[in-house]
Amino acid sequence: MMFDYETMRLIWWGFLGALLIGFAITGGFDLGVAILLPFLGKNDTERRVIINSIGATWEGNQVWFVTAGASLFAAWPVAYSVAFSGFYFALLLTLFALFMRPIGFDYRSKLPSQKWRNNWDIALFVGGFVPALIFGVAFGNLLKGVPFYFDNDMRIFYTGSFWALLNPFALAAGLVSLSMIVMHGAVFLQIKTTGDINRRCKKVVTIFAIITLAIFALAGIWIANIDGYQISSDVLPNAPSNPLAKIVNKETGLWLDNYAHYPLLWAVPGLAFCAGALTMALSTIGRPGLAFITSSLTLAAVILTAGVSMFPFLIPSSSAINSSLTIWDASSSFGTLKIMFWVTVILLPVVITYTTWVFRVLRGKITVEHIHQNDHTAY
Amino acid sequence: MISEAVVDLSRWQFAVTSLYHFLFVPLTLGLSFLLAIMESTYVMTGKEIYKDMTQFWGKLFGINFALGVTTGLTMEFQFGMNWSYFSHYVGDVFGAPLAIEGLMAFFLESTFVGLFFFGWDKLGKGQHLTVTWLVALGSNLSALWILVANGWMQNPVGADFNYETMRMELSSFGSLLFNPSAQVKFVHTVAAGYTTASAFVLGISAYYMLKGRDAAFAQRSYTIAAGFGLAAVLSVIILGDESGYTDGEVQKAKLAAIEAEWHTELPPAAFTVIGIPDQETMETRYAVKIPWVLGLIGTRSIDEPITGLSEILEKNRLRVREGIKAYAALQTIRAGNRNAITLAEFDRYKQDLGYGLLLKRYTDKVVDATEAQIESAAQYSLPRVVPLFWTFRIMVVCGFIMLVIFVMAVIASSIRKCRQTWLLRASLLMMPLPWIACEMGWFVAEFGRQPWTIAEILPTFLSASSLTELDLYLSLAGYIGLYTVFLVIEMFLMLKFIKLGPSSLHKGRYHFEIASGVTP
Repeated sequence: MMFDYETMRLIWWGFLGALLIGFAITGGFDLGVAILLPFLGKNDTERRVIINSIGATWEGNQVWFVTAGASLFAAWPVAYSVAFSGFYFALLLTLFALFMRPIGFDYRSKLPSQKWRNNWDIALFVGGFVPALIFGVAFGNLLKGVPFYFDNDMRIFYTGSFWALLNPFALAAGLVSLSMIVMHGAVFLQIKTTGDINRRCKKVVTIFAIITLAIFALAGIWIANIDGYQISSDVLPNAPSNPLAKIVNKETGLWLDNYAHYPLLWAVPGLAFCAGALTMALSTIGRPGLAFITSSLTLAAVILTAGVSMFPFLIPSSSAINSSLTIWDASSSFGTLKIMFWVTVILLPVVITYTTWVFRVLRGKITVEHIHQNDHTAY
Repeated sequence: MISEAVVDLSRWQFAVTSLYHFLFVPLTLGLSFLLAIMESTYVMTGKEIYKDMTQFWGKLFGINFALGVTTGLTMEFQFGMNWSYFSHYVGDVFGAPLAIEGLMAFFLESTFVGLFFFGWDKLGKGQHLTVTWLVALGSNLSALWILVANGWMQNPVGADFNYETMRMELSSFGSLLFNPSAQVKFVHTVAAGYTTASAFVLGISAYYMLKGRDAAFAQRSYTIAAGFGLAAVLSVIILGDESGYTDGEVQKAKLAAIEAEWHTELPPAAFTVIGIPDQETMETRYAVKIPWVLGLIGTRSIDEPITGLSEILEKNRLRVREGIKAYAALQTIRAGNRNAITLAEFDRYKQDLGYGLLLKRYTDKVVDATEAQIESAAQYSLPRVVPLFWTFRIMVVCGFIMLVIFVMAVIASSIRKCRQTWLLRASLLMMPLPWIACEMGWFVAEFGRQPWTIAEILPTFLSASSLTELDLYLSLAGYIGLYTVFLVIEMFLMLKFIKLGPSSLHKGRYHFEIASGVTP
């Protein structure tokens, strides 16, 4: 196939989005379920029902996140370097929180002590809550712009602080992410459970769908009033990746510029609202399977809204605006993008196929009886 | 200039987190295979006891696997967080195998590991066996891609420096994949993992036999572990990765340092068994040598020399000088002057650019480096001999002790049904050895690569992120604190389930269940 560098960069922007959305949909409900664990499980058996609803599959789901990170490294190495070293403590917190999951799931029910189990439940909650919040906060900060610059050797210097990441706009983005993940987790739990837990889930879905859409709408209004970025020199989509070779313009409201040029893009945030509202309705009338699809669409549309608003920017620099990273000047070389394109095109469908098979094998509800019968093998 | 404290702390953090991660990885690599072998036996013979074995050793596998996954996350985050210049400089090459590892291996392993634990009642025998093999395949493929990445750090083939982007870029994916350093490392590492898991199963089975409980279960486990372990430890030793040390200059320097080979000698070189190496005077006191051996194992020939450190030093003095020329030309090009003469000059010297960068440790003005600074940089380009010399020898001794015990375990379990108490005790006492050997091996490979992160291309001290000392003290304290707590919890659970043995499966036919009168 005869793709040029420009097309490859576009495709890789899409792949990165696809992997992030893949993680939000699969890993997202695991995080959501873990957040709900201490609140929806009123006794130990109920908590085990909740944990085992995701126990066999969460591990595979988390690989979406790991692979998204590794793809960022492979396809957008300088963006990976800036984001990970710049957001140092935010990532450290996320990492420490994620630590709680593999051991929390595996170790919690290995001992009968209630104190041991309660402590792991808190750990699992933290492992869901912190990443769900910080992913959103990170996106909010990308939209705000990140204070960093390069020296002549392309060494990266980040000039912000951890506390600066916790600005009001980023926190709002964090709340969007947190509440949509809780909603998504509740929809999944509704599919996998019966009785009391199932009933509690419906309420959670409604409440958190409303919160998600309300803050998402608020962020939409807010974004018209914060600084956006735009390349004001010629765009060279086939040039070698040198983030220092362009001129960038920073101005209030520029993040809505793409929508002004392509009004059809309004469909993306529009989809988030429609799908979110449908999720609420479908969950309430007891159709969680369909609600899961609309809930997934909500997550995808929210993430895509951020991506589309920023396009072609990956990480704008708020302090040295011409050093901002865009998809035209922060990618890997043409050769690497091509090889990784073929690798992804071949392997990702294989992954999706066997993941689907595994979910099919493990389909069906987790009940209180199931836990009693498998007391020594279930999580 | 980059703060030396930040670089040192970043290195400590990387060492602590990867050595810790590597406590769990070898066991996962090997135990996944042993589980697949046990379950294959179950499917072929139909004997329930092999299913019990798969499930019990699988329980211990799970406890270990959880921490392997936990600490593996750190590794992926850390390149960007703490080594951001490294990530920018070589991400075009180094990121690819990591991403492929995720897509090809980690997905496979993690998706099916859930089915391994929870699919027993939902799958047919053959289907579940396939799942177990896929977990083993996934974890081993994972090692392959990680070692392709690591092999490239040791011997960076198939890549070129691009002055427009100021980084290394991939020029041949085939060379990256079939890098001899990576291939040799892969075989050596997975075989070490198989040895670790075999020693683990062997030791715990011996413990049950010494205690006189669950004899049938323990003996079968012991036999499988003995056979697999012997094959594995032989592979580790015979395919020991010294043969990979002839590709690439830094690998050669590493080999010379391990062997305290100060000067090139007439081939085939003698092997220094033991002695007291002294980097200052470049000689080894009280050296005990065996003629020929080093030349034979290092080059697989009798006429190729093993390059000595003083010859490497001589060469590197010149390369630092040429590196200055490369750096000067690069500065001119980066300033916008791209005339043909400068480009040709850069092309001519660019393979020594890394040696020029070594000077940044001593001066910001590489182009005006003094004679003394050039000499310091050349000296700095050699690995430290003493730590490598000793850690390598500890690793080898551990390997040979294990070989002896595995040989005897195989003989005993095939002839006399392994009843000798002393052998069972030895099997139990051997348990820490594979871990010691693995950690030493990691140290030899990575410390021996110093002062480079990417051999001859990027010095370690330039690779670190521009963080502060405080940042690193905080993160390092966080890692050490959490990892210590995790290790205590893991060891506690591991020991608890080891003591319970197969009784923990609640099948009603094992020691503690029978003893306490519980019937199935």
